[in-house]
Amino acid sequence: MASGTDPHGSHGGEHHILPLGVYWAVFLALVVGTILTVWSATIDLGRLNVIVALLIASVKAALVILYFMHVKYSSRMVWIFAAAGFFWVAIMILFTMADFASRSW
Amino acid sequence: MSADHAHALPAGVRPPTYHHFEDLAQQEESEKLGMWAFLITEVMFFGALFTAYTVYRNLYPEAFMDASSKLNWKLGAVNTLVLIVSSLTMALAIRAAQTGKYSQVIWQTVATMIFGATFLVVKYFEYMHKYHDGLMPGPTLFFTDVFGEHTPQARIFFSIYFAMTGLHAFHMVVGLGILTWVLIKARKRYFTPDRYLALENVGLYWHFVDLVWIFLFPMLYLLGAHYGLGH
Repeated sequence: MASGTDPHGSHGGEHHILPLGVYWAVFLALVVGTILTVWSATIDLGRLNVIVALLIASVKAALVILYFMHVKYSSRMVWIFAAAGFFWVAIMILFTMADFASRSW
Repeated sequence: MSADHAHALPAGVRPPTYHHFEDLAQQEESEKLGMWAFLITEVMFFGALFTAYTVYRNLYPEAFMDASSKLNWKLGAVNTLVLIVSSLTMALAIRAAQTGKYSQVIWQTVATMIFGATFLVVKYFEYMHKYHDGLMPGPTLFFTDVFGEHTPQARIFFSIYFAMTGLHAFHMVVGLGILTWVLIKARKRYFTPDRYLALENVGLYWHFVDLVWIFLFPMLYLLGAHYGLGH
């Protein structure tokens, strides 16, 4: 079984092969995260419900991006590209809500 | 052992390096960045809808809870798990290509397609159920009055629900089309340890669609959960 080393050494770190265990660990974490999401929604935490749900979803998303999408093992350039979209969406939502919150609806 | 299979590779498996690239690694890096640039546009695309959702949810929190409790959270949860499994099989298909396990590339791709199709079948039954309850946007929703004083605001929730899950489901259909191409290529042993970048880019798309659902599920299905799961 091929391990984490590159068996085709000739062309750089691009062909990084993750051990099977990493994929299964991420998969299990995603299943546990889904169960936690449903369970936390059954408890009335008031405003905190949203924050808990978003926190769990963000951890799940980070696991998918870092391991399934191999960003953890990609170049700095890929890191920047992967972060850029979420960064702009965060600006869009934060600025919109800042406007929303500062109006007397 | 993967090396045995590697000997069975057809000649000339290394993709050509085009003249404007230093080497193959740089060329593949560029292809991968191109895929990520596309995914940025996808993040912005869904991000705009999440922004609309955030604004309306803050405007009408009670109506959104009422409307959300009409969705079947069990089917939503099952579909979340189905998508997670399909992401796992997609990742394993790429790993199989990296290690030269050709038959595994094929059956992991088939598994990914089966789970993707399962998601859409579940979604179809959910949509039909909502249609019969008169909650689908269109004439029926506008004559439905199950939410009392919250009715106009609940309609906004269902419009957002159908827009977001509908676009997500459309992405799944496109994904199944791309995976059909992968399957045809995989049967011809196109994806090798030296040439799997196209498959990896398909994987990026598939995982992204899973990512959207990871946020959609709690945002849409679980708002009213703490006053009685089981709709």
